[in-house]
Amino acid sequence: MYSECRSHFTRALRITVVLMLVAGCEREERQLDPPPVKPDPRAQAAALSDFQPGKQGPGMRMLAAAGGYHEQSAYEVAQGKQLYRWFNCVGCHAQGGGAIGPALMDDNWLYGKSADAIFTSIVEGRPNGMPAFRGRIPEQQVWQLVAYVRSMSGLVPSGAEPNRSEGLLGAPPENLRDAQRPDEKH
Amino acid sequence: MSFALAVVALASLSMRAGAQARQDSDWPMPARDYANTRFSPLTDITPTNVSRLDLAFSFSTAIDKGHEAAPIVIGDTMFIVTPYPNRVIAFDLSKPGANVKWTFDPKANAKSQGVACCDVVNRGAAYADGRVFFNTLDNNTIALDAADGHEVWRTNLGDIATGQSMTMAPLVVHGKVLVGNSGGEFGVRGFLAALDATTGKEVWRAYSTGPDRDVLIGPSFKPHYAQDRGADLGVTSWPTDAWKIGGGTVWGWVSYDPELDLVYYGTGNPGPWNPDQRPGANKWTCGIFARKLSTGEAVWFYQFSPHDLHDYDGVNESVLVDLPIGGVTRKVLLHPDRNGYLYVIDRASGEVLSADAFALITTSLGVDLASGALRYNPAKTPQFGKVTRDICPASPGAKDWQPTAWSPRTKLFYIPHQNLCQDTLVYETSYIAGTPYVGAEAKMRAGPGGNRGEFSAWDPVARKAVWTIPESFPVWSGALVTAGDVVFYGTMDGWFKAVDAKTGDLLWKYKTSSGIIGQPVSYRGPDGHQYVAIFAGVGGWAGGVVSGNLDTRDGSAALGFANAMRDLPHVTKSGGMLYVFRMP
Repeated sequence: MYSECRSHFTRALRITVVLMLVAGCEREERQLDPPPVKPDPRAQAAALSDFQPGKQGPGMRMLAAAGGYHEQSAYEVAQGKQLYRWFNCVGCHAQGGGAIGPALMDDNWLYGKSADAIFTSIVEGRPNGMPAFRGRIPEQQVWQLVAYVRSMSGLVPSGAEPNRSEGLLGAPPENLRDAQRPDEKH
Repeated sequence: MSFALAVVALASLSMRAGAQARQDSDWPMPARDYANTRFSPLTDITPTNVSRLDLAFSFSTAIDKGHEAAPIVIGDTMFIVTPYPNRVIAFDLSKPGANVKWTFDPKANAKSQGVACCDVVNRGAAYADGRVFFNTLDNNTIALDAADGHEVWRTNLGDIATGQSMTMAPLVVHGKVLVGNSGGEFGVRGFLAALDATTGKEVWRAYSTGPDRDVLIGPSFKPHYAQDRGADLGVTSWPTDAWKIGGGTVWGWVSYDPELDLVYYGTGNPGPWNPDQRPGANKWTCGIFARKLSTGEAVWFYQFSPHDLHDYDGVNESVLVDLPIGGVTRKVLLHPDRNGYLYVIDRASGEVLSADAFALITTSLGVDLASGALRYNPAKTPQFGKVTRDICPASPGAKDWQPTAWSPRTKLFYIPHQNLCQDTLVYETSYIAGTPYVGAEAKMRAGPGGNRGEFSAWDPVARKAVWTIPESFPVWSGALVTAGDVVFYGTMDGWFKAVDAKTGDLLWKYKTSSGIIGQPVSYRGPDGHQYVAIFAGVGGWAGGVVSGNLDTRDGSAALGFANAMRDLPHVTKSGGMLYVFRMP
């Protein structure tokens, strides 16, 4: 009785461990040799919009190697989450609920939810107040921000979504969010 | 000869009487008078007949942002200014239904919406000498010909690329247009400027931070308290160069005392919110200046919240009244501050005569009247990496921008205000011009009792509330009191209410199309009847969850206000509508 129970337990434990390993593998699956992506000239070109963070002029104009876009990578998304705070995105969009700017954690998109559309929003700005960060953020970091913004409403693979945050929890963790607002469900 | 003289004398007498009558009828600026009383001398509406108030006309602005402005009335014309895009509309009150006389569109820059911290509000226009003056979100002060709405002049006062915007209502005194800036959440350096009402040319500009020459501090400056004396305190009370991005914006109300010839206004919060990034008293933020009108020279200053810890801007109105204090009638100002104290200050000297809590306060333990110092509660000082809980009042303060009213009849001060507390986390933030410079996250909630708002009548001599009406939502509308002893205010779920000025008893209410965060006014129309006007149209910081369509699952949205307002989208929708009521 005891040993049977124990062997059941051991088997269950083994299965759990294997399952955890499999899940872990999925989360950490990375393309170690990503296909080369050419830098997007929009990121460093002269600004079209005169509304830019900082004084008028060329801004940072930092030369950075384009790293490509990897929204399936938990690392890239996590970097984006950090940059989201460092570049003061959080001041306008909060933890996804919005403030000065619109909410980013729901499924309402003013200018498109594709990675390319979000890249354009960040780099070129939008007419109702989104400033153009062209020349202010290295392109690779823009792509990391894009990946994080998409993760806020569950648009990236679940294994790459951030979970808990440090500090004051405003919104549910990214990996537990439903893009559809409860009051908009039918 | 003597007969002719008598005729002239009679004529001038009747003209003066006519002017007085007209003055009683008009509402020329958001607070109605320089003293900021919001007291209407009209007596037709009384507690017994107010229930007969009838809708005269309404008008949709077709704008779904927060409508905070007060309508202005001169003779047979009413003027309103909308939130961004800041259209000005004039109505002909002599016509049935008050048809539109003219509309002016300033073509404000759409990008300015990205630097408005708390919805794209505007707090109203001001009328003087045949012109209407107002500010645009993209930092222009504009003068219009009141007769036909054509632009007389426009003066640009700043660049949105630095995060600056303008939301306040100008005060026009003796040919000077007093205007200040917004952008305390963007590290904008605050100022008050005086423009020539005829030409728009800047006469003087007084910054809220920096060296004395920028702050217009000179030989006339005689602050009452020792901590405000010394050279260049606007530089030395900051880390190196932090004053350049230190806030102290001037987006609230300005008052003026013609006898002392002094202008009074408050300064906003220091930037960033995270106090660890700006050790020092951060002068001259979160305080009040008295200045000479003609030159802008500072005469005195008092700091309500030195080294502000919680975003307690000092911009709330100062209402100028004469009160018997200690058996002597004194010229004082009443200032209900965000930090929760109602200050009674000698407006000639800047001495604080009393400071009493009008809401729950956990962040401080009182005001030391001898030194003027706010006694902070160290347990509520935000610290890096630690959530500080039960901060009361929350960042919008015990009372935010929403203006009070004073009745010289009841001698009561009518205060629309909040009952909110919050948890805060501060962190280091970068300064990137044109983006928010805050470094704090918050989650607000109702204070004790569960009601998020209150409307109180306060006796400043007895130093206590006489009556208080609890409201479910923050009372984010202004107050109006009339000589008929009726008080008006609105609620965020859309009720426009009339209460008895003496008892607070509810006399009448009307359900409008959207939550009310506007300023009620009263005037006598061309038909001789008394009217009351109010904007509906929810929004502002408190109502941004609706007007900005925010996702309330994130309690930190709207700088933490979303957490306290999760139910607001279920009870009201956005959309500006002017309501005008008539006493039959």
